[in-house]
Amino acid sequence: MKCLVTVKQVVDPYINIRINSDHTAVETANIKMAMNPFDEIAMEEAMRQKEAGIISSITAVSIGPISVQETLRQALARGADEAIHVVTSQTLTPLNIAKVLAVLVKQQQTQLVLLGKQAIDDDCNQTGQMLAALLGWAQGTFCSSVKIDVANQGITVARETDYGLETLQLRLPTVITTDLRLNEPRYISLPNVMQAKRKPISSINLDSIISELRTEIKTLKVEAPPQRKAGIMVQSVNELLHKLQHEAQVI
Amino acid sequence: MAVLIIAEHDNLNLNDVTKHLVTAAQQLDTEIHILIAGFEPQQVVTQASTLANVNCVLQASNNAYKYQLAENLASLIQTIAADYKYIIAPATTFGKNVLPRVAALLDIEQISDVTAIISKNTFVHPIYAGNALETVATSAAKIILTIRPTAFMMCNLAATNCKIKNLDLVFELNLSKYLSIETSANNGLPDLSAAAIVVAGGRGLHTKDDFEMLKQLAIKLHAAIGASRAAVDAGLVPNDLQIGQTGKVVAPKLYIAVGISGAIQHLAGMKDSKIIVAINKDPEAPIFKLADYGLVADLYQVIPELTLLLDAK
Amino acid sequence: MSETQENLQFDVIIVGAGPAGLATAIRLAQLAKQQQRAYSICILEKGAAVGSHILAGAVLEPRSLNELIPNWRELGAPIVTPAITEQFLLLTATNSFKLPTPPQMRNHGNYIISLSQLCRWLATQAEQLGVQIYPGFAASEILYDAKQQVIGVVTGDNGVAKNGEHKANFQPGMHLYANYTVFAEGSRGSLTKKVIAQYQLQNNSDPQTYGLGIKEIWEIPAVQHKSGTVIHTLGWPLDSHTYGGGFIYHLDPNLIALGFVVGLDYSNPYLSPYEELQRFKQHPHIRKILEAGRCIEYGARVINEGGLQSIPQVFFPGGVLVGCAAGFLNVPKIKGIHTAIKSGMLAAEAIHTALQQSEKLTNLTAYSQALKNSWIWSELKTARNIRPAFQKGLWFGLAYAAFDTYILRGKAPWTLHNKADYKQLRSASSCKPINYPKHDGTISFDKLTVLRLANINQSADQPPHLKLTNHQTPIRINLKVYNGPEQRYCPANVYEFVSNPQSQPYLQINAQNCIHCKACDVKDPTQNITWTPPEGGGGPNYINM
Repeated sequence: MKCLVTVKQVVDPYINIRINSDHTAVETANIKMAMNPFDEIAMEEAMRQKEAGIISSITAVSIGPISVQETLRQALARGADEAIHVVTSQTLTPLNIAKVLAVLVKQQQTQLVLLGKQAIDDDCNQTGQMLAALLGWAQGTFCSSVKIDVANQGITVARETDYGLETLQLRLPTVITTDLRLNEPRYISLPNVMQAKRKPISSINLDSIISELRTEIKTLKVEAPPQRKAGIMVQSVNELLHKLQHEAQVI
Repeated sequence: MAVLIIAEHDNLNLNDVTKHLVTAAQQLDTEIHILIAGFEPQQVVTQASTLANVNCVLQASNNAYKYQLAENLASLIQTIAADYKYIIAPATTFGKNVLPRVAALLDIEQISDVTAIISKNTFVHPIYAGNALETVATSAAKIILTIRPTAFMMCNLAATNCKIKNLDLVFELNLSKYLSIETSANNGLPDLSAAAIVVAGGRGLHTKDDFEMLKQLAIKLHAAIGASRAAVDAGLVPNDLQIGQTGKVVAPKLYIAVGISGAIQHLAGMKDSKIIVAINKDPEAPIFKLADYGLVADLYQVIPELTLLLDAK
Repeated sequence: MSETQENLQFDVIIVGAGPAGLATAIRLAQLAKQQQRAYSICILEKGAAVGSHILAGAVLEPRSLNELIPNWRELGAPIVTPAITEQFLLLTATNSFKLPTPPQMRNHGNYIISLSQLCRWLATQAEQLGVQIYPGFAASEILYDAKQQVIGVVTGDNGVAKNGEHKANFQPGMHLYANYTVFAEGSRGSLTKKVIAQYQLQNNSDPQTYGLGIKEIWEIPAVQHKSGTVIHTLGWPLDSHTYGGGFIYHLDPNLIALGFVVGLDYSNPYLSPYEELQRFKQHPHIRKILEAGRCIEYGARVINEGGLQSIPQVFFPGGVLVGCAAGFLNVPKIKGIHTAIKSGMLAAEAIHTALQQSEKLTNLTAYSQALKNSWIWSELKTARNIRPAFQKGLWFGLAYAAFDTYILRGKAPWTLHNKADYKQLRSASSCKPINYPKHDGTISFDKLTVLRLANINQSADQPPHLKLTNHQTPIRINLKVYNGPEQRYCPANVYEFVSNPQSQPYLQINAQNCIHCKACDVKDPTQNITWTPPEGGGGPNYINM
């Protein structure tokens, strides 16, 4: 079974972000970038399924400018067999990304797509679901466990929902999005990093994959959230209780 | 043009998030419809019809919708989408699972987790874990949004003058099947992510027993228990109670921070709480800079005292 | 294809992707290219990315970069802000007095830069020449052969839990071998410290001495910003017995690099270098620059202050020390980048010659000789007596510095000597606590608040990388005798004296806060604390430092 894993290059989650001076975007110049943590989990899951003999090959895909090749190298170091760089200088919305992926999936004859449930920069949480819709496939979102039954062409997933852990059975081919507790990604070993430097990355221009992009959404501005101000100090438990009951009315 | 709200429910009761979405919907259009797709959800339909300003409740009852499977629901919604300019769902795991699928079927870009509606086509939503707010405008003919429920007030109830419409549309794509759900045991205390009141402990607490003391308070308030990273690192509580940048982000109506100094990483997880109370014996603790009510005192005195006083009520 | 042990064999391994390590790699690759060869050169960097652990003022003298990459400007090096205006100020609590800028501190022809940015650029140059750079991998041990030659390094284990157990994702470190190993770890490098002890490299030199530099980057309104301004201060807030001073550099676009260096030979255990920086910012002339601005980065690092007298022997069988690991910083100039780069180049040349002659694991005495024949040596020789003179206090130091600079022109027939910093701390009972002002939250902040601006990513679930030789000493000696100086000199709130439920004090080590500055390794009065590298990739993530 062939597997496709999407890997997005995002600002490293440990960096404190700043907004650029004209308030149009978060500053990314000179900032350390990293693979979206949920995508690391997706890569790890792909590796485990490959080690279990269920997946035969892993293709990592990333969309963006030349800098995303660094993230593809990390995917190769994490065990991807091949890497595809879809070259574009535009920032694509999830719908457009899903369209690109749908084309690649059909070309590659992929049966399983693993994506992070959301990117920690835009927090959209849409791409996997959209891809599944475009392909007409089952979707398993926010998965904390994935069990593939090749013989019965099915996957059993546990999903993290607001109500608890929901178990669904899905038909293959499937789109899965990963949640935090699915696995803990392994450390990349030095030999793997060295090997990854030698694996090829194939580059394809965006316009050779899709010709029409949906571009109705425009960013008007990006701002820091309002700062909270200090309130008052109370002197006793009685006073606190009184304020909470009568002033704030939260008890 | 009308708004369609995809309602969240369990076939018996309408989830309160829908009330927040009705308020949001009023900023979009005067014609508001709610879709209840489920299995024999008549009670939910009735509840939805009592929400103020709702013109019509659509009911689709079928086994295919019983467990809110995204594949089936999305195809249903796609079929009725033509009548609506706006299709909105709560930014809960339910809404996040279904709505993007709908958006792709309709070939419309979606905007996630809207926290403010600036105009009929301009919305604000958080990015980078809420460390930045992005304002976007869409020129699309149809607008698809997930809405953050806590960013809008709950709507009122009203006399029933709302139409009920039955949809005889069955979409069973047979792509997925529900097996089971496992809810976590919380001793009757609400789940941290959804609780209206949270009592959180930090490095001011020293032992697991100290968290038991907090739990007694939480029971009185029907609150969830949370913790700062310091308490988790010290092994006092499991890590799914951790609130902060690397843990859960919560926005309850009341957050009581006990023995928590207020490191920025913790604040990132609770700064959107409506009311923040800080109890700490260090008057310099950074948390006092953003607490609505601060009490400099020994938590080992205060917490039992507070628990006792609440008991008396 | 699996990687076998042979494939982890290199011509040269370099520990540290700072300016010295990168210069060594680039020069080696250039020399090989001239001969139509290619060396396999591996740089190991403990930071998550090149530049993540790099912090310096900095004003760059481009002298050695001009030698290494003459067309750096065309290649887009991030060196764009020429130093234009200089001020050398003596501060009092409310006033400032301009002092004449000493000749060695004149910056005409120099540039204000971010060293982290420069290192990232140098790294791309190196990679284009075929150098392999591996960030996220910390060299934690040295490999010796039976003849006590350095044959390589071992990278640290990953996935060890705080209690020492192997986690599910445990990965042992790798052994990497080289014909020559270059230690470019910067000031007070951890492996460097071991190699110096192993081969007794410090025996014929003074002990190395250090300063702790704590730095912030501020974004300020354009109206306050004057690109190319270089300000150095002496005097307030330090007393006349404590060496140190402040710096303020105006970087493009609207950034200020601001910081304070305190000599770690200070004697009062109540001194807090961090709080000195905080009150330095409150000086009326400085406060007004910052008031409408915003602090966007924070970090700290020790710098060498020993000068020429403290440079150890720089070669040993199989390896060399380059850059601040050896200690080529010119203290009066407060510049070490240019000498670090030059030392890397000289080391590369010596290694190249040896490899050409099919030598390996030898003592590269030619490197040492080349250093002594270079402008590094003559420059450091001229400057050698300035810093030690300040051991007698600010006024003597200033007077002597003027005398040595203008009259003796650095050619004193004597050489003043350095004493180890950790021995200078006096007991708490013999010193007075310092009343530092409260933080105002706009100009000055508490440590925890600014610490997040160092973008630290360091798992708490790993064995603490700050090792205590004796676990009773922190309470028995550090707390009892010195009132716990580590809680003050550490700029990252790593060390806290807390009470357990039985009201007994103990030292809590918040290792996950560590920003790898090495102050504790230098200043602990009984040298009980040893800094070792945590899991690779952990630590701060400096952006424009």
